[in-house]
Amino acid sequence: MATTVTGPRRRRRGVRPGSVVRYAVLAALALIFLVPFYLLVRNALSTEQEITRIDGWTWFPSSPQWGNLSEVFDSTSVPLARSMVNSLLIAVTQTVGVLIVSGMAGYGLARSTVRYANAVFYIVLATLLIPAAVTFVPTFVMVSSLGWVSTLRGLIVPGLFQALATFLFRQYFLGFPKELEEAAQIDGAGPWKTFWRIVVPNSWGFAAAVATITFIGSWNAFLWPLVIGQDQSSWTVQIALSTYVTAQSVNLHGMFMAAIVSMVPLLLMFLFLQRWIVAGVEQTGINE
Amino acid sequence: MTAASRAPASRRRWTENPHLWFWIFVGPFVLGLLVFVLIPIGWSVWLSFYEARNTVTPTRFVGLDNYRHMLGDSAFRSSLKTFVVFAAFIVPVTFAMALGLAVLVNTARRGKSFFRSVFFLPTACSYVVAAMIWRDSMFSGVSSGLVNTVLGWFGAEPIAWLSVVQPPWYWLVITTARLWLQVGFFMVLFLAALQRIPKGLYEAAALDGATGWKAFRYITFPQLKATSTAVLMLLLVNAFQAFDEFYNLMSTTGGYPPYARPPLVYLYYTALGDVQDFGNGSAGAVILTLIIAAFALLQGRLTGLGRREA
Repeated sequence: MATTVTGPRRRRRGVRPGSVVRYAVLAALALIFLVPFYLLVRNALSTEQEITRIDGWTWFPSSPQWGNLSEVFDSTSVPLARSMVNSLLIAVTQTVGVLIVSGMAGYGLARSTVRYANAVFYIVLATLLIPAAVTFVPTFVMVSSLGWVSTLRGLIVPGLFQALATFLFRQYFLGFPKELEEAAQIDGAGPWKTFWRIVVPNSWGFAAAVATITFIGSWNAFLWPLVIGQDQSSWTVQIALSTYVTAQSVNLHGMFMAAIVSMVPLLLMFLFLQRWIVAGVEQTGINE
Repeated sequence: MTAASRAPASRRRWTENPHLWFWIFVGPFVLGLLVFVLIPIGWSVWLSFYEARNTVTPTRFVGLDNYRHMLGDSAFRSSLKTFVVFAAFIVPVTFAMALGLAVLVNTARRGKSFFRSVFFLPTACSYVVAAMIWRDSMFSGVSSGLVNTVLGWFGAEPIAWLSVVQPPWYWLVITTARLWLQVGFFMVLFLAALQRIPKGLYEAAALDGATGWKAFRYITFPQLKATSTAVLMLLLVNAFQAFDEFYNLMSTTGGYPPYARPPLVYLYYTALGDVQDFGNGSAGAVILTLIIAAFALLQGRLTGLGRREA
């Protein structure tokens, strides 16, 4: 993939000035995009004095403060470890749940012959356009009347029903080769069996793309956990981090180290799944 | 699920009991959508006609008073203005940047996956983390901030980016953070779409002398129409949901002026602040929903979303 050229110009020998300019622009932009990450690492490994010193900028900490790492886990005011565990539980459950719920719904919407399937699809499309965040007041009222405030249930369950994931799965299954399913049906498999035995095993690539998007969204979610996670024991990692930001006085080095720690699960996921996202998106109806 | 357990034994197809199969597959999702999205919307509309402070079972029907109150509230009105201006800026700029990056990365002969990764990487960052970097390191108001350091090299005085409440300085901080976070994700959507454009189109165009800008204008851009429509819609909805960066970058000082707050932040404080004013909060949510729906319909009309689906 890295070497294919799909651009409008033919290959020519030698270096063209246009391509030099293009690489210069790309490299400059890439550098700018990496600056915030550099600041994150630099500050996390600095002493407080080095971050806030006003007499001249230092590019690197004079000696990396690895002790900052254990310091953020020892802190009692911000329960980083606990909130990381909460976030992991929430993100994993929601990702698995969304894959099952939206995968099935997308398949049903793509294959069903009932007349009102289109009407249901339009309702899904409409809720996609109406921002979920606008419903946070009544959803909060409802979830609190269920007694789910400050519980993992309250944090997980409302996020299991993602219109975007259902929409993406429907578009994907519309393009799924029917011949495979028909072969299974001739062997006597009903829709249920066909879906789990034939369709699902052939859709892992696309599922991985949806899983990545869902996991990132769940891990980085802020508004709903802020509304629901009122006790410290139910904080997600973003809420825990946010208390650093909104505190009157903080130790900056600890804050930046905590930020790096909070990103580790996503960065690991990226390493393994990044190319699936592009491959998966290519198969969706977003491009049709 | 009881119906589902019966299913494997049967030899039914979609056509034999279509209603049962439809609800086995789609039912759980529709049920969740009903409970956690559709009913809350209905409840919100109902609450908006009542005086509901600190209670979700209000008894005093007040008609349109909550709407009158919210629309007459200069803070809420200016928050609406904030988000319209914010969306009007961030949607086209993100769109252009994502498309431009995608074209650049796509035509890079070497290092394509490296550049793609670099631009996509900020997607792994949350608004909370970005707010930390932007507020306390990049745009911190003291001379030790990166931007003020760079400005200092050119002899400029440090700028108090976030502690002055007048635009445009805080505006620059907010918009750059969002651009950094979201451009890469939309670039990937465009990249995927670019890969699907048949190469033959470019070869045919090249024979007619259309290369470079002309090829982009007459082939690439029209071929990206469906993706562009979807991206614009996602960007619009995202912009109207702006909450995280405003909350994390600007709520610290407490006394931040209303025009620095988008509606969601304002509604958050109205409905879930000290006085849990669900009546006014819901009226605000309904107003916000109507405005977003109007924008979405307008954009759908302009770009043709929905016609394809029909």
